[in-house]
This record gives sequence, C-alpha cells and structure tokens, in this order.
Amino acid sequence: MNFELANVKSSMAVPMQSAAKGTRLSGNVTSFQKKNRSKLIQIPGTKPSVHTGQLIISSGVPSLDCALGGGLAVGSLLLIGEDEFDSYSRALLQYFLAEGIMSGHELFIASAQDHPEEIIKEIPSPLQDEETEFKTISQTLDQQDTMKIAWRYQNLPKVQTVLSPSSHFCHYYDLAKHMGQDRLQNAKIHTFYLPEEQIAPTSLSDVLGPYSALLHSIQLLIKQNGFDGSNSQLKTCNVLRLVLHSLGSTLWGDDVCVSQAHNHALLMFLYVLRALLRSSLSVAVVTVPTRLIRNKTIRGRMIRLSDTAITLQSFSDAERNNNPLYKDYHGLLHVVQVPQLNCLGCEVPDTKDLAFRVKRKQFTIERMFLPPDLSESVSRVSKAQITPVCTSDGNKHLDY
Amino acid sequence: MFADLNSILNTSPDDVRQREFILLSDRKADASFLIHHFLSFYLKAGCKVCFVGLVQSFSHYSAVAQRLGVNLVQARQKGQLVFVEALKASAAVMFSESTDDAAQMFDYLRSPVPELRALFESVCASLIQAEADSSAPPVLIVDDVSVLLSLGVSVRAVLDFTHYCQANICSRLQGCVVTLVRCDDDDEDEDEDDDESSNRLLRALSHQCTLSLRVEGLQTGYCRDIHGQVEIWWRGTGEDVQSQRRLFQYKVYDKSVSFFAPGTSSAVL
Repeated sequence: MNFELANVKSSMAVPMQSAAKGTRLSGNVTSFQKKNRSKLIQIPGTKPSVHTGQLIISSGVPSLDCALGGGLAVGSLLLIGEDEFDSYSRALLQYFLAEGIMSGHELFIASAQDHPEEIIKEIPSPLQDEETEFKTISQTLDQQDTMKIAWRYQNLPKVQTVLSPSSHFCHYYDLAKHMGQDRLQNAKIHTFYLPEEQIAPTSLSDVLGPYSALLHSIQLLIKQNGFDGSNSQLKTCNVLRLVLHSLGSTLWGDDVCVSQAHNHALLMFLYVLRALLRSSLSVAVVTVPTRLIRNKTIRGRMIRLSDTAITLQSFSDAERNNNPLYKDYHGLLHVVQVPQLNCLGCEVPDTKDLAFRVKRKQFTIERMFLPPDLSESVSRVSKAQITPVCTSDGNKHLDY
Repeated sequence: MFADLNSILNTSPDDVRQREFILLSDRKADASFLIHHFLSFYLKAGCKVCFVGLVQSFSHYSAVAQRLGVNLVQARQKGQLVFVEALKASAAVMFSESTDDAAQMFDYLRSPVPELRALFESVCASLIQAEADSSAPPVLIVDDVSVLLSLGVSVRAVLDFTHYCQANICSRLQGCVVTLVRCDDDDEDEDEDDDESSNRLLRALSHQCTLSLRVEGLQTGYCRDIHGQVEIWWRGTGEDVQSQRRLFQYKVYDKSVSFFAPGTSSAVL
C-alpha cells in the first residue's frame, strides 16, 4: 500500500553526498553574502522554536503543543503511554496524522492491530470556519462584562485554564467528522501492517526480534525519499511523520508485557529508531501499553530512550463521580519527560497538574482546578455538622 | 562551565586535579547539565578530551557548548576533542552499512554476549596518542553508561569497562574519568533489587569513585523555581580520611545553573 514508493524507485538516482540544509552552491561564491533567512530550510507546517531555535512541528492539538513547550522538535520521538482502552491515545495519533495531511507532510503508519486503512479513515476533518472559530475564542476572551457587585475584582486578569498557544500554529479539527477523500488522496501515506508483511528472517532478527522488519522499512523509506538529506535529486525537503501504534503489545509478537528480562528488543528498537530520527527530517509518535508492562525497569528505560514522554490516564465513571476534582474531565495527562535539545534547561511549566477532556468535537488539555461549589445544600450541611463536633472536642482539651 | 559549581568543588580550569573518577547520577531529575559542565570545563583547561556520546548527537552537545562559550567543532578539528558518535553509528552498524572499524568498535550492538572491550581499546588509544605532547591530563567523559544496560550489556561488562578505564586513564595516564548513570526506577531501596538494574551499577560505581554528584528531584514534587537537589560527596584522602558530604539545591537557567543551600531559593526568600 505504498502510494509513493513506486514512483520514487523509478526516479531513484545516484545518491549524492551533499546535505540538503545550509550548503551553499559553489557557483556563486563571493565574499559578500547577504545574511538572509533563505538559507534555512523552509518547510510548510514547521517553525523554529522560540526557546531553542529548533525546527518544530505541531502535534495537531494546540494545548498539547503548549504543554510540551511549543511543539515536537523535528528529529525527536514522542512516547505516549496508552490509557486503559487506548481510545484517547488513538485520538492523539489521529490528530497528529490530520495535522500532517493539512501541512503536506508525508506519513508513515505502522500497526499490528487495526489495518492502517482503518486508522486513515478515522482521521478527523479540519474545521471549515476555522478562522472564525479562532476569532470567537479570542473575542470571548476580550469580552468584559462590567460587574455589578464585587467590582474591585473587575481588573483582575481572567483565569484561563485551557492551555493555548500565543500564536496560531496548527489547525483545528472536528472529531465528529472524518477527513474528506480528496484530501486523503493527495497525501503521501505509507503503511506497514504486520500481518500483511512478508517477513524473512534477517541478520537483525536476533537483536531486534519482531521489530526488525519495521525498522528496515522505516530506514528504507527515509533513505529513498531523501529525508536524511543524502538524496539531492529530491529537492523539495519535507517532514516525515511516523506513527507506530501500540508497540510492545502481544500482537507485534512481543513478550515485553510478561517477560522478566531487562534488556529487550523493544529497547534496542527505540535506540536505533532514535538514531535514525536524529539524522533525518522526521518525527515519530509511538504509543505503548505501559500499564501492561510489568517490569518497572523496562518502563523507565523506554522513557529514557525517547525524547518526550507523556502518559494518559482515563477515568472510569465511578472515579469521576466520586471525586469533585475529576468531575469535568475525562482523564489525567502526565508529562513525564520533556526533552532538552540544544539547550541547557527547557522552559518549565507553572504546573504539572494537567487533565484532558473530550468535548463533542475537540480534545483539549487544561490545568486542573476545583470548580466553585455552587450547590448550596451539600457543603453547608456538612459544615454545620462538623463545627459543633470540633468545638466540643476543642473545649475538652482546653479545659483546665 | 558553571562558576558556582567550580567554587563549590574548589577547582578552576587553571588548576585541574588529576586522577579523579567523577560519578554523576540522577533519579527523577536530569543530570545532563553536569555533563555539559565537565565537558566545557576540561576543554577550557586545555585537556585532551575523549567524549563518548551514547544518547545525543554531536550537534546537540555542540549547540549547548556554544552557549557555555566553548566551540566543539574547533576543538574537534584541532584534535583536542575526540568525539565518539555512538548514537549515530548505531544505526549504520545495525544495517551493516558501516566500515569495519566502526562495526568492530560498536560490536556490543550485535553481539549475543555484548562486551565493551573494543570500545575501551579505541577510547584508550585516542587518549594515549595525546599523552606525549601535552602537560594537561587526558579526560574520558561517557554520557551515559546506563544506556548500555538497555542495549543488553550486562552490569558486569559495564563495570569491567569502567574499571579498565580507571586503571588506565586515572592511574597510568594521570587523567580523569567522568561518567553519568541515570536510574530507571523511582525508588531507591527495594528488596527485590535485581542484578541487572542501574541501581546496582550505581552502587558499584559509587564504591569506585573519588567524587560523586548525585542529582535528585525534590521529594515534595515538582517546583518551578527549584529543579532539584545535588548531593556532593568527596572521598577522603591522606590525613583526613573522613569523607565530606554537602547538599545543595539548584536551578537550571538558559546559560548557567545556580546552586544554593536548601531553603534559600530566591523564590522562597
């Protein structure tokens, strides 16, 4: 199911050793050169990071970008710890793919569970009136209704719980609708579906186990389509978005969930994948069923071997109802690790108490807060009950 | 290079102590800022440095070093810095695209019983060459050895490697060794602590080192103004057998790190 591979192969030429980025043509060598920005690679859907100057792309969810310090650095690896039923982590993958299609990036989808076609079908559609949507958000923020009472609080800044980026970087999507066929056909999507691959045992199999075929196809794709800058025939440089779904689950033929061993093929795979990413224009998002992995050491090592790591924890209905703090959310988002690439310290957030909720159309990440308790009866009654107990108890001790 | 840390450790680039085995470690925090410190410190002191980069690419270290005022590209061209790009080479070695030399050097990636003998030999060879023509001590920096455990190298093989490095570089060449160990799990003392965890590696290396900097996250959890604490431990030598121990809290800035006594953060006072 490789749309792109065929015509690339036919036009594959001798790979020339000249990097795509930052090299000057030897023809126009003058001592005076205008210091302009055109030497930098300009790829749609990317921007240099404010803090480190690194090229970053959006994950498709503006609030997630914000929580991770602007976006995902090109050449890095995001590890998502799946929630219990893999529903929310899957939504994140689809956002990531949708943003790739809208920015014209190339995609690679690997899965052992659902057919990649199924995943592609469910990619959310962009909001048509996205500009107006963005405006209404900012308008509602500007709106200030004058206060009738307690007017001294008028000038206090409005508390904003939704993490929102300062600039408009990515698109907004509608989870209820699916991406149109015309957009999907224009996108360059490569797929890898484990049950359909013919896997011949190679020399890699003994160290990489079930992942050797996957790693091999990623390496081939990066090399042939010139994402590593070695193939100067393909002038248009583009970003490759890799999505690897549910690595480490038994469907990949992996025993990481049950085994007690400390070194594992999955760890080796992540390490070599990281090496591949570092030398190419690509970003990988990997989901792993972290709850199923018994061995704590392996979990820790997987996080160390990836750049950014987040974990999703979804609530059951009982949990939501019992805890007033969780009432409005669908789950918690733990930012486990934020990379410090090309800089000493990264931008640190105010708080790490983040929660996510899925509205009818949108996935958002917010700072967690306790909503004001407006129900009169509950709290008042409990207070009235508690106070007399307290005072009588206090009297006893103070009585002398 | 952080001036704060130099004054705490009582060193400066003009006065480099020889025969040091420095162990950096972290748990629930990131100690890589210390690696950048020691790299720029020894380069400024004019030492010949061999750096084994197992976790990041050269461009990352180079970009950070530039912020700290050291040019790695120049140092590399001059021959002062030997940079072993272990991460980048791993992909090539995996796909058998590398030269025989590299495949030999990183043979731990593909061997069923991985050993670090070849890596040690090439590291050592690069430092011995330099030894004749300079007065400053040679330095080996490894970032970070616990990655080797993830790649299937046993704790025993890593300990053999560090022991050989210490014997050769610290004792024979009068140089220094700096290594980083990152702990995988959050709890330190667990009874079922098994043979192949990085805790065991850390304990064994602590026994070997002359100076240990242990970075930990705050026990009270995440804080914006204090990024963690560093416990510095000196081994006693000569007359004062008593080893010393001091505790600091730290905050990482864009180009520097500030160290302060616990509870005296500028956000608190």
